[in-house]
Amino acid sequence: MQRPTVGKPTEQIERVAIRFCGDSGDGIQLTGTKFTESTALAGNDLSTLPDFPAEIRAPAGTLAGVSGFQIHFSATDVRTPADHPDVLVAFNPAALRANIEDVRPGGTVIINGDAFNKKALQRAGYEPDDDPLELLRDRFQVVEIPVTSLNREAIKDLSIGAREGDRSKNFFALGLMYWLYNRPIEPTLRWLEARFRGEVLEANIRVLKAGYAFGETTELFPRSYVIPRAKIQPGTYRNITGNTALAWGIVAASVQMERPVFLGAYPITPASDVLHEVARFRHFGVKTFQAEDEIAAISASIGASFAGHLAITTTSGPGMVLKQEALGLAVMTELPLVVVDIQRSGPSTGMPTKIEQGDLLLAMFGRNSESPVPVLAASTPGDCFYTILEAFRLAVRYMTPVVVLSDSYLANSAEPWLIPNLDSLVRAPVRYRTDPKDFQPYVRNGETLARPWAIPGTPGLEHRIGGLSKQENTGNVSYDPINNARMIALREEKVARIAAELPPVEVTGDDRGDLLVVGWGGTHGAIASAVASARADGLSVSAIHLRHLNPFPPNLGEVLSAFDQVLVPELNAGQLAMLLRSRFLVDAHSLSKIQGQPFKVQEIRTRIDELLQAQEA
Amino acid sequence: MAETTPVLTSKDFTSNQDVRWCPGCGDYSILANVQRVMPDLGLPRENFVFVSGIGCSSRFPYYMNTYGMHTIHGRAPAFATGIKAARPELSVWVVTGDGDGLSIGGNHLLHTIRRNVDLQILLFNNRVYGLTKGQYSPTSRIGMKTKSTPDGAIDHPIDPIAFALGAGATFVARTIDVHAPHLQEVLRRAHEHKGTAFIEILQNCPVYNDDEWIEVEDRKSRIEAALDLEDGQPLVWGAEDQRRGIRIENGIPSIVHLGVGEDPVNKGIAIHHERHESPAYAFALASLQRPDFPLPIGVFRAVEKSTYESLLEQQVESAIARRGRGDLAALLNSGDTWTVSD
Repeated sequence: MQRPTVGKPTEQIERVAIRFCGDSGDGIQLTGTKFTESTALAGNDLSTLPDFPAEIRAPAGTLAGVSGFQIHFSATDVRTPADHPDVLVAFNPAALRANIEDVRPGGTVIINGDAFNKKALQRAGYEPDDDPLELLRDRFQVVEIPVTSLNREAIKDLSIGAREGDRSKNFFALGLMYWLYNRPIEPTLRWLEARFRGEVLEANIRVLKAGYAFGETTELFPRSYVIPRAKIQPGTYRNITGNTALAWGIVAASVQMERPVFLGAYPITPASDVLHEVARFRHFGVKTFQAEDEIAAISASIGASFAGHLAITTTSGPGMVLKQEALGLAVMTELPLVVVDIQRSGPSTGMPTKIEQGDLLLAMFGRNSESPVPVLAASTPGDCFYTILEAFRLAVRYMTPVVVLSDSYLANSAEPWLIPNLDSLVRAPVRYRTDPKDFQPYVRNGETLARPWAIPGTPGLEHRIGGLSKQENTGNVSYDPINNARMIALREEKVARIAAELPPVEVTGDDRGDLLVVGWGGTHGAIASAVASARADGLSVSAIHLRHLNPFPPNLGEVLSAFDQVLVPELNAGQLAMLLRSRFLVDAHSLSKIQGQPFKVQEIRTRIDELLQAQEA
Repeated sequence: MAETTPVLTSKDFTSNQDVRWCPGCGDYSILANVQRVMPDLGLPRENFVFVSGIGCSSRFPYYMNTYGMHTIHGRAPAFATGIKAARPELSVWVVTGDGDGLSIGGNHLLHTIRRNVDLQILLFNNRVYGLTKGQYSPTSRIGMKTKSTPDGAIDHPIDPIAFALGAGATFVARTIDVHAPHLQEVLRRAHEHKGTAFIEILQNCPVYNDDEWIEVEDRKSRIEAALDLEDGQPLVWGAEDQRRGIRIENGIPSIVHLGVGEDPVNKGIAIHHERHESPAYAFALASLQRPDFPLPIGVFRAVEKSTYESLLEQQVESAIARRGRGDLAALLNSGDTWTVSD
């Protein structure tokens, strides 16, 4: 698919990171997504970071309305969207201003020259007589392209209006970037053809091709770049975001467990896309329910679980708070349920489109009294698929609600994903209790301590469940103090027993050494990159990344104790560090970041160096 | 070959749990009547599910020998929606109270009724919080003195019937805890109805709000205090020599006196009709409150509308008919993919 450019020389490079940025109405996310698809098809490994404002349309041209999309792609392994983009494509002064300080020194800055007029500069907060580009020329390679005029030129004989015509200028830039990095243009053409008709289709195609042709002919770019295919595991790949993987995991659970899924949800950023995606799959027998609020969403899901469906509810932090009382009921009634919290920046409404891992302790301890739930966390976009499958399997096997933590970085980021062969996925057909002989609703399985799943409609198994304390075995309401203590202990033990079937945590690097970096969730890429760079420099550093946060993997304490120091980077104030400290009495150092942004690799690397230097000293 | 369905009795619907409401509580009568009606409904016992929230009334499922779920405060309609959406063949009954259903759970009651989920919702209205020991409720009369309102309640109350009508209820009825035949008849009608059947049951709390409904419960006083609704019959009440009727003009009800033997229709008295497409008539009835008017008892409204769970099932079925049963491998491989070889 790599097309050698006619006429101009090509240069082979190993990796590059590009950030597209502009107004939230400029189609930045679409541009980034299309570039990502072509890059995936070009066979590079990649990682993306969409970063957009919560406002749907902030005032045009202002800093508040700037939307960005960063993609890092390479001929080798890519784990993060990159700390600093090598190339910035800025559609207006506000986008330039908001993003320029992130660009690697000496990097390329491509701007739409037509958008740099006095008014736009002022709106972006520059002085009217400023020439921001002049100041940048010493630090970056600034390439000024009259994108708006070139776009108009390309479609001037079409009858579509100027306003509509101008909307395709992002495709001019996209076409240009396709040429510059030798990406295939066909997938985007196919997408356009499927989506548009008539002159709008014609305009978009022309503009995309015009951008590509502009690259071939302009003297602004003396050469284009080739990034060879990455050597990755053989197989068939697709591009996937965390939210899509999560939605498909929900559908896959229904197929692998042979029961219909019920998803109750209330719209909330960044979880709504999961509801949207799952709602498309009615032909899988999936039922989605957009509830009147977060409480109704989880309540209806628990009802569906009682009735025998694979039930799930998806939300983000503020919704997770509202669900806690019902989640406590699911703990008490011991019904299978999956609760997904796609964490976002807080507290309160916080920065709804930004990134954080602030809900771990909420998931663990957010309910009244002793109310243990298993907690799993996905670590990459594609991993969301497998995490959901595991969560459903555990929920049914142990008759318990299970919390899955994702975050807005995983939700919206894309990566190439090795499409699993269905045979490789665990099949776990659900079997309900049907035998009325000696049936009691709270008699437990000797191994898992799960109570039976006996669903309405089954003759002879009529029983009542609820939030009041229940007598062991019979499930009758009971105020017996000893019985209450015993039931609490049994539920605690049931969750703890899951650890026995968990795989031991895998250490990246040596099994013992100076420093162990412990992570969980969407920080996986940044931590792995930082640890890899430290090891390449000969430092005694290893890493583990936890998927199972409750219960912890059985060998975690042993692994922790084999290192002199432990570092826990988290996008919160140190929540996993607190759990590890209390559980293992380990002097874990916390590296905390709560800025709504993911870790930069360098931030983790710096902390690793500091700790090791301190140890030496 | 054919197995005969065993004939069930109310005993079959009685669980082995001791009932623990206060002596004299209206809930006993409601429970007994529900258990009496169940065997007549033509469904096997295992197909019934009783769902409740929190409050005195919400202990109800523990006493029914069916499937049951005692959930959290105010949310029973949402749990019931999930059960019914998952399994439309089940007969799902919600038991709630004026505090549970109209205060903390008002939102869910509203939306469940609006969706017309095929549920029976029994709202026990005793106009007081019993389980928390006697605070005023959203249906308490203004001025009611309770522990939390020593100077009298200053909230304007909500009428459950008007609330349900406002939410678009397709079946709305009011009945009384101790009037067994009427209660049973309304329960049967509610069960037959496809869609949300909302029943306000006037229920006595002998401890915290005794005799709140005595006017309409008492055989004698109810002649003057209650207006019995019968489909196709004029809105007439009162003793034979003091008959009065309700005229409704521009949605405003007024009282008309009838002479002995006088024809109500000639006097412009409204004929009760359950199936008006518009809820305006039923709203006018709901506005009839003591002491200015008699309190209407019976079915206010019964109309047909598609139910939530049937539309959901239809969407699933038509998606399968249109696209075929979902194929997971095809989904995972849909769109742009690429293959990396060794």
